[in-house]
Amino acid sequence: MIQSLDPRIAREKINEENNIAPLTEMDNWETYEVFHQKKRGDQHIHVGIVHAPNPEMAFLFGKEQYGRRGISVNMWVVKTSNVFASDYDDSDIFDTVPEKQYREAGGYKVMSKINKYKKENTL
Amino acid sequence: MEHIKELLYKMADDLLILGHRNSEWTGLGPILEEDIAFSSMAQDKIGHAQALFQILFELGEAEPDTNAFMREAKQFHNSQLVELPNDDYDFSSVRHFLFDHADQIRFNMLSESSFEPLAKVARKIKGEIKYHVFHADIWLVKLGNGTEESKARMQSAINMAWNYALGIFEEGDYELQLQSENIFAGEKELQKRWLDAIAPIIEKANLKIPAESEWNPILGGRKGYHTDYLDQLVNEMSEVFRIEPNTEW
Repeated sequence: MIQSLDPRIAREKINEENNIAPLTEMDNWETYEVFHQKKRGDQHIHVGIVHAPNPEMAFLFGKEQYGRRGISVNMWVVKTSNVFASDYDDSDIFDTVPEKQYREAGGYKVMSKINKYKKENTL
Repeated sequence: MEHIKELLYKMADDLLILGHRNSEWTGLGPILEEDIAFSSMAQDKIGHAQALFQILFELGEAEPDTNAFMREAKQFHNSQLVELPNDDYDFSSVRHFLFDHADQIRFNMLSESSFEPLAKVARKIKGEIKYHVFHADIWLVKLGNGTEESKARMQSAINMAWNYALGIFEEGDYELQLQSENIFAGEKELQKRWLDAIAPIIEKANLKIPAESEWNPILGGRKGYHTDYLDQLVNEMSEVFRIEPNTEW
């Protein structure tokens, strides 16, 4: 019998010998990616992963794992297998050659400064 | 004030005892995510109990901690449903389903109570209870529609819990006064709304409510009559507190 200071364990009178059945197919749930939204209109941000047998339960678990601090207003869960991910071997496709400023939208940065100036000075 | 105190005590005791029972799953839950969710809801329940003990304190009763940890089992007013051992997850989740629907409807009714302190608590905890019920419903429907084994286990858990669940609605001595003062519409009304709420979900889970001829509410809990399981629970729950009751935690 397993001796434990934890009364819950002691009450169960569990045998020492390990007779835990090996995992079967049903014991392994799929994973879902969890995204939460901090306030309405914001982007949903990826916060982590949960195991679940269906989307409803993924939401149940996502809510307690990642939303219980009361900072979320909305949550998405997406089956991990439905996410198309790029290969790390292909990381170099994100490299860009620096001499290409003509392609960069530098103008937008200036626009945001102009808008900020306009707002602050209410022209 | 006796009528309000009676109402508060039975609610607070239900929540404290069930919160404690459910917390016994912590670390032993079926999977990690569910363990965390169930434990978190158990903590919510104890928080709800605390809010009610606080109102009782303001009405002249003992301090919340003293009230929770220094009474003997026979001084508790919880329904017997909540004191029963956890058994397996089938019984625990069916109890969670049956109790939390009643809890949600009770607090919804009380959110318009003329007794403002209670109405305020009811409005504050609405979102937490909504999640609890949501959680209970999803599990019931999932397991009721699962394998032969899960279906059979859920049905026998419902059969086993049913008459205890009817004991939630044991009437007190002040039903009429609570109604005439618009504090609470009463246990009969609550039970009626509860049946209306749970029936479609049990049906969706492909499970059955026991035939009405089998209904035989297990009463007594509200008046301090309990099973031996409550003794064991109260002793375990209060063990640390009673070593040094005056310690500041």
